[in-house]
Amino acid sequence: MIKKMFAFILLMFMAIMFYALNSNITENKELFGVARSYAERGAGELGTQNIVTSIVVTYRGFDTLGEVSVLFIAATGVAVLLRRKEEEAPGKRSKRQSSEILQTGTKLLTPIIIMFGVYIFINGHLSPGGGFQGGAVIASAVLLLFLSDINYEINHSLFNIIESFSGAFYVVIGLLGLILLGANNFLDNRILPLGEFGAILSAGAIPVIYSLIGLKVGTELASIIDNMKRD
Amino acid sequence: MNTIHILGFILMLIGFWGMLTQKNMIKIVLAMAIVETGVQLVMVAFGFIKGRTAPILDSPELVKNAANLIVDPVPQSLVLTAIVIGVAVNALMLAFVIKLYQKKKTLSITEYKDLKW
Repeated sequence: MIKKMFAFILLMFMAIMFYALNSNITENKELFGVARSYAERGAGELGTQNIVTSIVVTYRGFDTLGEVSVLFIAATGVAVLLRRKEEEAPGKRSKRQSSEILQTGTKLLTPIIIMFGVYIFINGHLSPGGGFQGGAVIASAVLLLFLSDINYEINHSLFNIIESFSGAFYVVIGLLGLILLGANNFLDNRILPLGEFGAILSAGAIPVIYSLIGLKVGTELASIIDNMKRD
Repeated sequence: MNTIHILGFILMLIGFWGMLTQKNMIKIVLAMAIVETGVQLVMVAFGFIKGRTAPILDSPELVKNAANLIVDPVPQSLVLTAIVIGVAVNALMLAFVIKLYQKKKTLSITEYKDLKW
């Protein structure tokens, strides 16, 4: 009881803090500084329709590389924590087969979900979406496969190869910017021609980078799911 | 005026309440996810400008006059980063919970006293 009182008092202080913060928020009328600069330069300089993508992949590309690394480290951490020792029997609990509806639905939906994920990350520079979102959609297809078939196993070597190669190629594309365009151009998308504004194959290297991120995120999240379901 | 900010702050308070009072570790992880959602909502709302459109330049007028027609794209890309990191953190925390459950066969956080003084 006394603990709940403490929690309540703490939350009251927090609420007062948030109230003060909230009353200090002034409504935005204009874009300032770096946001204005991104909005004005994004389309002409990098050829992306989606300004958010130009920020995530190019202007703050180094940040995104770090983010992908954090995701990779987290996936590795999950794998290390939940690693099963060889002698443990795999299925002590009796497993029940999933229902007919789920199995049939999975057969029908899995290819469509994967295709949708690929669509999301290939169109990342044109419409809302991108590598992270597309990767999450692909991982959800893998989750559906796990739910429908109790004996389903992902192809670990294939997933590892896809994950490592997409990560490595991401860094290689970043280094190509340094080599082809000179210093200060790490992860620059202009190593490839910008193409026609608004076309699928435009905006230089952004579709390539986002596809690599999508594959990497998809396989990483799928392997997190795989590690989690083992126990 | 800034309804979305208030909603975000309320979500954060609900999440902190859950983290402070719940005993079940999975509920604590979920409460942390709720706090994350609140923070992300507040951050996205910071970039909102009334009467403007999303930062996707799919018409010639938008391309010509982007800086005066779109909302702030920077908080949106920051939140994109935050969401992905949030997923990774949640997965890692749930892995810890699974591991702790395997050790003591209980999810109640009051049973774990090893680091308590």
